Amino acid sequence: MISESSSFVKGMVLGGLFCVFVTLIGHIKMGHGTKAQHHEHHHIQAPNKEDVSNLSEGERMELSHSIRVYCIILVKPKDLGNWAAVKETWSKHCDKAEFYSSESVKVFDSVVLNTNDVWMMVRNAYKLAYERYKDEYNWFFLAHPTTFAVIENLKYFLLKKDASQPFYIGHTVKSGELEYVDDDGGIVLSIESLKRLSKIFEDPDKCPEQGGLIWKLSEDKQLAVCLKYTGVFAENAEDSEGKDVFNTKSVGSLIKEAMANHPQQVVEGCCSDMAITFNGLAPNHMHVMMYGVYRLRAYGHNFKDALVFLPPAGSDND
Amino acid sequence: MREARPLRPPHLSLSLPSSACTPGWMGSGRPWHRGPQLCQGPAQSWGDWGGGGIAPVPLMLFPRPGEVSTTAAELYSKVRILCWVMTSPSNLETKARHVQATWARHCNVVLFMSSVQDDGFPAVGLDTKEGRDQLYWKTIRAFQYIHQHHLEQADWFLKADDDTFVVLDNLRWLLANHTPEEPVYFGKRFKPYAKQGYMSGGAGYVLSKEALRRFVEGFRTQVCSHTTSVEDLALGQCMEKMGVRAGDSRDAAGRETFHPFGPESHLTGKFSKSFWYWKYCYYPIVEGPQCCSDLAISFHYVNPELMYTLEFLTYHLRAYGYRYRYQPPLPENAARLLQRQGRPKAANATLLVQGTKKL
Repeated sequence: MISESSSFVKGMVLGGLFCVFVTLIGHIKMGHGTKAQHHEHHHIQAPNKEDVSNLSEGERMELSHSIRVYCIILVKPKDLGNWAAVKETWSKHCDKAEFYSSESVKVFDSVVLNTNDVWMMVRNAYKLAYERYKDEYNWFFLAHPTTFAVIENLKYFLLKKDASQPFYIGHTVKSGELEYVDDDGGIVLSIESLKRLSKIFEDPDKCPEQGGLIWKLSEDKQLAVCLKYTGVFAENAEDSEGKDVFNTKSVGSLIKEAMANHPQQVVEGCCSDMAITFNGLAPNHMHVMMYGVYRLRAYGHNFKDALVFLPPAGSDND
Repeated sequence: MREARPLRPPHLSLSLPSSACTPGWMGSGRPWHRGPQLCQGPAQSWGDWGGGGIAPVPLMLFPRPGEVSTTAAELYSKVRILCWVMTSPSNLETKARHVQATWARHCNVVLFMSSVQDDGFPAVGLDTKEGRDQLYWKTIRAFQYIHQHHLEQADWFLKADDDTFVVLDNLRWLLANHTPEEPVYFGKRFKPYAKQGYMSGGAGYVLSKEALRRFVEGFRTQVCSHTTSVEDLALGQCMEKMGVRAGDSRDAAGRETFHPFGPESHLTGKFSKSFWYWKYCYYPIVEGPQCCSDLAISFHYVNPELMYTLEFLTYHLRAYGYRYRYQPPLPENAARLLQRQGRPKAANATLLVQGTKKL
């Protein structure tokens, strides 16, 4: 009897030790080469009111100018309608916006990438953006031409976030162990993340050009894998009420869902007042959003904002 | 201390304390910014039910977090608008319900006018039949009903369809520059068939108290009668006969505020040159972004999904810190109404055309 139970105990102890050993190995492999914080909750919030009160006009202007956003919009010739709409609408509010196209198109200027593969487009766009603009912008926003973005709300969201820290922000999705930013909602990288990304691009084992091991990963998942190796983790962006600010669907779709799911509180429950992106918009809808965000308002409601953004020159739809 | 409750319900409460000025609470338990008239209006007397159901007094919507001024609240109490929505029994749940859940909440008083009374909705029964040919009958009866039961509750009287979206705060902005004693009405001005023009029914139109009095008087004395079922034209003709002026509702930059179509059509559509619209508009049509004022008052042919979308875009989503190009000066009469320092009339609307140089 005693010998059996002692065997049992030995077995348990050995098994436990083995388990711990294997787990440790796993952790070491994952955390290799980084000392980055593993963000505990992977959610990131907009600034609170306390962060933003009591600034002079001069301080507000200075603060507003210190957040510089470079926009990368990935396009293909088939996206011409949306490309035009993005060019005429929200991209004018980026500090600089450039269109990175799979191939050259007569009608519009673009940075030509000479590849149809979306992951290659993403890689090359980020590489080029980093090489050219690493000293001029501190935040890099990547989007598709079906996305509508409110850059002012992005800047508000980034207020008080240090771009020399590795930020990788958007609408996150969990796929097994991997948490990644869904590129349909737009991807935000700080200059530090972009710097690390540029380095890991040179490592064909960790960040191959050909995508995943057995089957090809989507480009947004692939990006997350590469970034993870550099210690950069995806964070889901939310407002002070916990609502997503990067949306992978259009306002119309979200409203429709709200009408079905909580018909008593459609408008109040649908989306964030400080939303940064919506996706799945046709060109005409971009023009309506432009009007709805930058012009249409109810008279008599004024806000004391910490930042000041003036309308861009040479534009009349905002 | 009120307990925290989830997102503010848009429905209207039938039982009112005599002065309910309790602040609301956001879901997270933080109080909204408080201001003077940010509470339920004074209790209305329910005695005069007239012929049918009456809508309870809508709650004044609380300001959003970070909002600092009470201008909208002041205008709410000083420019009182009664809204009546033309609807029908079959449209109550499919259309009128969404109006009730969105822009109608911003009216001082709202009435849903149907052919049949419905106590549950609630809707007033005008005792007519339904159909396009009944529109003017319904309109006449509706205004008579309002004149009889609700005249003292408002200064201005707005008619809209159940597929019209209205921004009440912008309507108050327009009307603040006038008085309810003026015989005037506003809307999207059309020109044919009437010397001073008439207002499109679908885009919504608003009568001053004096205009309403004259309309009802016109029918009493038979100066006005049911000439045609084309409601907006017929009303316009009656207005003209009764000396009520067709007002100019354009903003300080000359842009239209009442719109007979949806925002997508006006902003992006190119109307074909043979389209009737070109011949109807009293003022020159502008296509593209300048079609529409920033302080738009109405859009038409708005389905339920778009109703909520527009409410979201008007009252919720905004670009943080953005300085709007259109910064209209406060006109003299409005300044007096709000007891503020107004700028002289000569000052034109300042449109910021030169933005900041890009960094």
